[in-house]
Amino acid sequence: MPTPAFFELVKQILSKPVTNLFPSKYAPASIKKFLKKGKINPPIKTPDKFRGKLIYEKDKCIGCGMCVRVCPSSAMELVGEPPKRKIKHYVSRCTFCAICTEVCPVKCLHMSDEFLLADFDKHSENLIVG
Amino acid sequence: MSKTVNIPIGPVHPALKEPVRFTIEVEGEKVVGADYEVGYVHRGIEWAGMRQNPIKTIHLSERICGICAFCHPLCFVQAIEEIGDVEVPERAEYIRVITAELERIHSHMLWAGVAAHEIGFDSILNLTWNIREKVMDIVEYITGNRVTYGMLQIGGVRRNITEKQYPKIREATQYYRELLDKIEDVFLRDPTIRMRSRDVGILTKKRALELCAVGPTARASGVPKDVRQDFPYIAYPDLDVKAIMPEEPIGDVYDRIFVRIREIGQSADIIEQCLDQMEPGPILAEQNVAKLLADLQNFEGEAVGRAEAPRGEVFHYVRMNKNEAPLSWKARAPTYNNVQTWPDMIVGEELADVPIIVASIDPCVSCTDRVTLIKDGKEEIVTGEQLHKLSVLKTKRVMRR
Repeated sequence: MPTPAFFELVKQILSKPVTNLFPSKYAPASIKKFLKKGKINPPIKTPDKFRGKLIYEKDKCIGCGMCVRVCPSSAMELVGEPPKRKIKHYVSRCTFCAICTEVCPVKCLHMSDEFLLADFDKHSENLIVG
Repeated sequence: MSKTVNIPIGPVHPALKEPVRFTIEVEGEKVVGADYEVGYVHRGIEWAGMRQNPIKTIHLSERICGICAFCHPLCFVQAIEEIGDVEVPERAEYIRVITAELERIHSHMLWAGVAAHEIGFDSILNLTWNIREKVMDIVEYITGNRVTYGMLQIGGVRRNITEKQYPKIREATQYYRELLDKIEDVFLRDPTIRMRSRDVGILTKKRALELCAVGPTARASGVPKDVRQDFPYIAYPDLDVKAIMPEEPIGDVYDRIFVRIREIGQSADIIEQCLDQMEPGPILAEQNVAKLLADLQNFEGEAVGRAEAPRGEVFHYVRMNKNEAPLSWKARAPTYNNVQTWPDMIVGEELADVPIIVASIDPCVSCTDRVTLIKDGKEEIVTGEQLHKLSVLKTKRVMRR
């Protein structure tokens, strides 16, 4: 006996996958070869307000430490002595709330659209900003 | 007199969001007694929240629950605003309502999929989660992220919804309104789902009131309880919200499905109303976060924040004492009230009905990990998968009838 869901499901067989496939541009080399060098699954554009890896303009920073005070996951650390005090940001601890970009008085912190941040080592060079 | 068997279910399983332990007493296939035990996943979130400033805690409270990632911070923020007499701009209130209602749509769609999975319709699980993708995209479009939105700030919201974004939001609400009939076809008019859910796991109105059930669980039992209607917060007083109840509430699993599916349509209506009524204006009472941080140190007093989460009423109590960190913070999630209705619902049903009854209150708990069946003094390990299989087999049996 076909149920109401049955007809819905038959339609689904003919349609494309709804979820975004992993962008093959970022896949390991061995898989890339298999996927014909990123021609399949181009990366999907992130929305305007997307919050990715933090961008830090070190020269602009005045070392006030406000970002350290508001960071909910303590991913920020002050390094050095004033007046040359700067921050160090650990991406592996970041919760991507972007509150630091709002509190910064000189606007030296921004969110990028970089989201593929998987790494074997959480203290690798790629995951420490500043 | 036949012998009864005790079946412990839980508490630990890597796939569980929130470990819980059941002890179910069965006589053959029939459940004659049930008990539950929670508290295996105490994370000390409140403890952490009492040792840092409230701006940090907004983002911490977002992580109490991944699905109610807006209701918990909303309650917390409302409590802080009440303590400090912070006036929230009107536009910010509307944006809060829109985000909260989008969250309700996505949570109810997620639940509908899980419920279908529990009775063995994995294809419907995929179908509903496919429909859910649309609202996730809209949430990402508005807030920037799919799950933890980071939308709230004390005194307003952090991101505006521009007029340019209206058409896309309207398109999504229209999409759900059109699909509602189809969703009802699949869930409410499907004979198999009806057979598996009608008169199963009944919670009477009297017991729902006695056990203080909240949210869709209470409404399905005929208790017209909805914080949005009873104690309107943010912009809800200006909006048309009425607790959705079945016409003749029985309080079974079917009624709970009914209430949740109708609420998807209601949420779509509320979002459209907000878009119509929203006036341009500021979205934050205090733009400067550094100044807000300084102001927070002068807050003194206590307050409660409450909100209607997809699962029921969320309640936060905050006490500030002119310090950087709150003196006290207590969060109460709706599942805390609703778990107490489990024994009432489970007793008298078949063991195969336990997964769907447990899932029907939309707990933050998946279900079973491992069951130790004691048969004639011998211990027999039954996995959660096997219990799920039992449920699937019952669906097949019901279909054959």
